[in-house]
Amino acid sequence: MSLLTEERQEPVPVAPTPSRFDPRRLLLAVAAPLLAALVALAVSSVALIASGSNPFTVYARMLSEGTTLRSLLITVNNAVPLYLSALAVALGFRMGLFNIGVQGQYQLAALLAAAAGAAVTLPGPLHIAFVIVVAMAVGALWAGVAGVLKTARGVSEVISTIMLNVIAGGLAAYLLTTYLQERVEGSNNSRTPLLPESARLPDLDGLLLAVGIEPPQGTRLGGFLVVAIVVGVLYALVVSRSRFGFELRATGLNPSAAVAAGVDAKRMTVVTMLLSGAIAGMVGLPQLLGQSYSYGLDFQTGLGFTGIGVALLGRGSPVGIAFAALLFAFLERSSATLQRIDVPTEIYVIMQGSIVLSVVVAYEAVRRAGVAQAERAVRRATEPGAAVDA
Amino acid sequence: MTDDVEPVVRLEGITKRFPGVVANRDVALAVQRGEVHAVVGENGAGKSTLMKILYGMQRPDEGSISVDGQPVRFSNPGDAIAAGIGMVHQHFMLADNLTVLENVVLGAEPTRRGMLDVGAARAKILDLSGRYGLGVDPDALVEDLGVGDRQRVEILKVLYRGARVLILDEPTAVLVPQEVDELFASLTGLRAEGVSVIFISHKLDEVLRVADSVTVLRQGTTVTTVAAASVTARQLAELMVGSALPTPETRESTVTDVVELDVQGLTVRNPAGRAVVEDVTLRVRRGEVVGIAGVEGNGQVELVEALLGLRASTGVVRLGDRDLSALSTRERRESGIGYVPEDRHRQGLLLSAPLWENRILGHQRRKPNAKGPWIDRRGARADTERIVREYGVRTPGIDVPAFALSGGNQQKLVIGREMSDSPSLLVASHPTRGVDVGAQAAVWDHIRAARRDGLAVLLVSADLEELIGLSDTLVVMLRGRLVATLDPATTTPESLGSAMTGAAGEGAA
Repeated sequence: MSLLTEERQEPVPVAPTPSRFDPRRLLLAVAAPLLAALVALAVSSVALIASGSNPFTVYARMLSEGTTLRSLLITVNNAVPLYLSALAVALGFRMGLFNIGVQGQYQLAALLAAAAGAAVTLPGPLHIAFVIVVAMAVGALWAGVAGVLKTARGVSEVISTIMLNVIAGGLAAYLLTTYLQERVEGSNNSRTPLLPESARLPDLDGLLLAVGIEPPQGTRLGGFLVVAIVVGVLYALVVSRSRFGFELRATGLNPSAAVAAGVDAKRMTVVTMLLSGAIAGMVGLPQLLGQSYSYGLDFQTGLGFTGIGVALLGRGSPVGIAFAALLFAFLERSSATLQRIDVPTEIYVIMQGSIVLSVVVAYEAVRRAGVAQAERAVRRATEPGAAVDA
Repeated sequence: MTDDVEPVVRLEGITKRFPGVVANRDVALAVQRGEVHAVVGENGAGKSTLMKILYGMQRPDEGSISVDGQPVRFSNPGDAIAAGIGMVHQHFMLADNLTVLENVVLGAEPTRRGMLDVGAARAKILDLSGRYGLGVDPDALVEDLGVGDRQRVEILKVLYRGARVLILDEPTAVLVPQEVDELFASLTGLRAEGVSVIFISHKLDEVLRVADSVTVLRQGTTVTTVAAASVTARQLAELMVGSALPTPETRESTVTDVVELDVQGLTVRNPAGRAVVEDVTLRVRRGEVVGIAGVEGNGQVELVEALLGLRASTGVVRLGDRDLSALSTRERRESGIGYVPEDRHRQGLLLSAPLWENRILGHQRRKPNAKGPWIDRRGARADTERIVREYGVRTPGIDVPAFALSGGNQQKLVIGREMSDSPSLLVASHPTRGVDVGAQAAVWDHIRAARRDGLAVLLVSADLEELIGLSDTLVVMLRGRLVATLDPATTTPESLGSAMTGAAGEGAA
């Protein structure tokens, strides 16, 4: 028999929908990341001391190295793909789907977009748009495979996307070395033909100069930043303001209630995976359109997994994710020269890892505090008979 | 009973404050040896805080507790257990994959040379089970037991630890009438052996059947303690809410002859291919409440879910002049079905989302919640304010998350939502389950109002008085079939109860 079970809905790690301004709620929201940062700093310090370094020297060096204009520009450039990767993951989180396959989705997308972009001739803006659309479509289709497997066969998307990563990696290497590569004289790197000028994204240095900042020699502000901002705004609008976004969040919060409310769970799963994959497809584009102009064996990897950490840190909110992406990129950039003082560069990986871990713990603590606060508020307001003195 | 006067447990002047709230204020409770003492009160009246204090889960700010005349101070449940006080929670805490014996001894295992002494444990369990008439088989697997048996295992667990005072928190909420009878028989056995039972409930007829005395709490304080024999359920309810209260009776008929819901030959099969709802044909007319009675698990859940399109079925479902059979859940709801689910936490609410977002749930594509592809926040918020006002949802605001409301207020919100956008059919499953007396009366009012407004109402309930009181027509569901149609005017809870178990014969339909 079915009883009235007090089933607890485990909330997915996302920010509560912004509502009326409430200073206490704001305090709680800020408390978690601060708490997490402090814990992470403590953990990293222990790691540094254990490896025989003085944490203060290291932090001071990171701070001075990381805040030069050159480093800041590089940080922003590196944050852009992380941001897109995290948005792709966060979209899935919002409805309780774990897209671990951003890695494979962007690899395949960047390869095919590079090949397609080099193969056609189009006027400037259209050419760029064409490359972006191809990348999004490939990412969407590759993620869609996992969506269809889940709805048709009940295969967990966690498993299928991880497996699809491996397949994508193999497939990309195969395609690159057989059909899509261009031999380069004097190099043993395999890469696709270079994109023509019309498909190259202009940088934003003009914008920097206009506000009085002169970028140092050899450093530029990548143009894909603009696309990332647009994607972030669209993400925010769709998730928190649209009917689709409501159905998405409802499914994530309570799947049975969403189904009873008329949400087609299967359709939502497939559509969400397609959208997540489309965003993931763009992860490789800052490099492709603004830097390397081709996809080669040396194309950047690992952005998909780092994106998961960034999404967790940013709590699924587009603004939070932007800060998280900048923080991750800053840590990586500012630790780049630590080797010169005999500290392994990989210390930033420990920092990133401990931040993500402590963030999960801190958010849970803060969530509980929030729950208690809300319950107290309701009790106070609805039991005037028992409200009191003191 | 014998040398009376000194109660087994006496609580005096108990006051417990939480920040901004006094949950208990100067509460007094005295439980005699060998009596069943009921504690009744609305949700939020302070029953559970009082019991948590008695069970050592919380410490009172003021007041004293004494057991057998000796003052005691509990700082955790272990202290309470040591003093002979045990508690059976509403939600069972048993390991399904262990046997009854293993569950009972878990955490208090008798050992012999470091090994579990199964023999001693079995002997003690059999002795307790026989002495108190619990009839528990120590070697049965808990997953094979029904709810009533599980509850007796919980009781046994507490007795095994030497409890002489038993706190039962809403023990009948999860039981069907037959199981309630068995539970009460067990309580009688306990009482005869000198065990005292503190029985928390808001089902007053049950309280009166089983209790010797009743303590009524209202708004955190004791109203009175009375002998059960000297009050009626109605008087008790009035003590609880502090005023006269309405009854579920619905008198003047509003039934029209326009059929709104027309179900023909509806069959639902479980994954194994067995029919759990079989060839059900049912009509609900405008202004009519059709009540479905039945012991839980006889296909009511499946029938309701099939009507909503949540479960695959064969047969025809028509609403007004529209054939819903091939439509999706959303299309069915938008055709005019309001749905108050049996388990609002599972199917009716987004607990961690604010009230105004819960207002949108199930109506996410309709006015006033949506404008084209976008959510209309202002419209949804304004309409949530309307529901809070019109349906008397007690809340400090509409940005409060749904989990913070009491069960009754959550239910009022759900009903308000389901009644918006003028549905033509309201499907209500156990609409007053887990809500307090005040909210229960409000829910009944809303169902009566819906009926008056010409809605067709399909009511599924385990509360027989509610079914008889609200329905214009009663149908009995047994093993997936509708086996009888009864006139509520000539039906008593007893006759309905026997129809539900098939005792009335199957020729009546």
